[in-house]
Amino acid sequence: MRSPWRIALRRLLRSKGAVLGGTILVFLVLAAIAAPLLTPYEPLAMSPGDRLQPPNLRHLLGTDIFGRDMFTRVLFGSRISLQTGLISVTIALVLGVPMGLLSGFYGSLTDRLIMRLVDLMLTFPGILLALVIVAILGPDLFNAMLAVGISASPTYARVVRATVLSAKEHVYVEAARAVGCSNARIMVRHIMPNTAAPIIVLGTLGVGGAIISAAALSYLGLGARPPQPEWGALLSEGRNYLRVAWWMTTFPGLAIMTAVLSINLLGDGLRDALDPRLRS
Amino acid sequence: MLQYIARRLLLAIPTMLVVSVVVFLMLHLVPGDPAIVFFGDQPVTPERLEMVRRQMGLHRPLVVQYLGYVGGIFRGDLGTSIHHRTPVAEEVLSRIPSSAELALAAFIVAVALGLGLGLLSALKRGTWIDATAMLAALGGVSMPIFWLSAMLIFVFSLKLRWFPATGFGGWDRLVLPAAALGFISSATLARLVRSSVLEVLWQPFVTTARSKGLREAVVIRRHVLKNAFIAVITVMGLQFGTLLSGAVITETVFARPGVGKLLVDAILNKDFPIVQGAVLFIALVYIIINLLVDVSYAYLDPRIRFD
Repeated sequence: MRSPWRIALRRLLRSKGAVLGGTILVFLVLAAIAAPLLTPYEPLAMSPGDRLQPPNLRHLLGTDIFGRDMFTRVLFGSRISLQTGLISVTIALVLGVPMGLLSGFYGSLTDRLIMRLVDLMLTFPGILLALVIVAILGPDLFNAMLAVGISASPTYARVVRATVLSAKEHVYVEAARAVGCSNARIMVRHIMPNTAAPIIVLGTLGVGGAIISAAALSYLGLGARPPQPEWGALLSEGRNYLRVAWWMTTFPGLAIMTAVLSINLLGDGLRDALDPRLRS
Repeated sequence: MLQYIARRLLLAIPTMLVVSVVVFLMLHLVPGDPAIVFFGDQPVTPERLEMVRRQMGLHRPLVVQYLGYVGGIFRGDLGTSIHHRTPVAEEVLSRIPSSAELALAAFIVAVALGLGLGLLSALKRGTWIDATAMLAALGGVSMPIFWLSAMLIFVFSLKLRWFPATGFGGWDRLVLPAAALGFISSATLARLVRSSVLEVLWQPFVTTARSKGLREAVVIRRHVLKNAFIAVITVMGLQFGTLLSGAVITETVFARPGVGKLLVDAILNKDFPIVQGAVLFIALVYIIINLLVDVSYAYLDPRIRFD
């Protein structure tokens, strides 16, 4: 059995970076799932007697201004932040993939309309579109995810469209049409599988980017609100205590970096394994 | 060439118009009555609400309202801030020097670091130098800028007391934010420079240049870098977008009175006229930068002009 997926998997496992990234990521996800078992403290439980303790044996990462255990908060924060990344990318895919499919498959007016919309969205650089959406919807964590997802969707639409444009010229598409398949069936069953590889690569790298963007919105006060232990919100809480409690800022940031770095390592490995042409 | 510039300029006009429509509609997309949105969190009597509705022209058709808004833009009138009761255009204009200073300084840092790291790791491919440079670049992609900024403040202003942590004015207040924003923006650039240099490095014309006895430095400068640069310029345009949005966050962390901080504060205060003005301004700057990138691209690569 030498299916393309199997070959890609073998290539992926040969990449040291991807294996390292994947291992760290599995570890982070397991820790997030098992969070209540890994700490004796509650993420929201205040303990005024233990305020602002530096890292020590009882509180591995110290405590915050309300005496809450930072390790517990960062650990429970991983539940929120990892989910935020996944949900944002899912929203981006749900919006972007159909846009790219329709645009590439039907061409002409449909294509022009959708691509104009995509271009318009890309006129707002980086996080600006997300800021506009949050300004309209109002600041909270779900709106932040929605904003990050919507503003990432044009990239997926473009990549899917490009893949569809080349895939629809294949002989098997003509064959499918000849035996009487409907447009919808051709799109979903015969063309969409071609977009799987680039979507897996972009989606993986996108989760890392989404975690950072959502954390940035929370940091600015436009996403998760205290006392929610989302990583960006934790950093925002630590901002005012930088002078007296460096650990409140340092560890949530390291958590974001570890998560995003491992996702990026895995994503780079996936790109090299699945689609060498995507290498920038 | 002139013809190409003219064509690109013409193409930018519809984009700018559509951006103005989006910015105008923002106020109307907010769930609820725009007049109530206008007052933000302040309590308000029904009479006063009705008066504001008249003043804002909310009773008129949307198209008429939009034309009024665009007309205002051309006269330099972007409305009035709810929070400060000052003209929005004035607020935005007064914030430009701080943002421009940061953007320029960070851009220089980003290009210097990106080119340096990328070139170095391409020329020393496979060595520990290559590995270290690419690890730094990967770190730059994976690090949240607000965290890097906070760490820089902790080390260089709170502990070592080398630079002030916040504010605008003087080069010492510029060093930390420019370093943070520049480093984050350099990461993608470094990776791209590396791959485009590697691509060019083994082309026949480079071998020819070497075999005719040119010094390695000249080969790199005149034959490798020049060709690798075209790909780099495009990304620099895109990177400028990253830089603009990074600036929004950097300005907030370092409390710099720039357009980005103005925007974030306005969103938090629900000061919609300011939000609209700042978004409009940042989007226009981005469109203009991309226009310049396209033009310089065509200048560097004649094939594009005759497309």
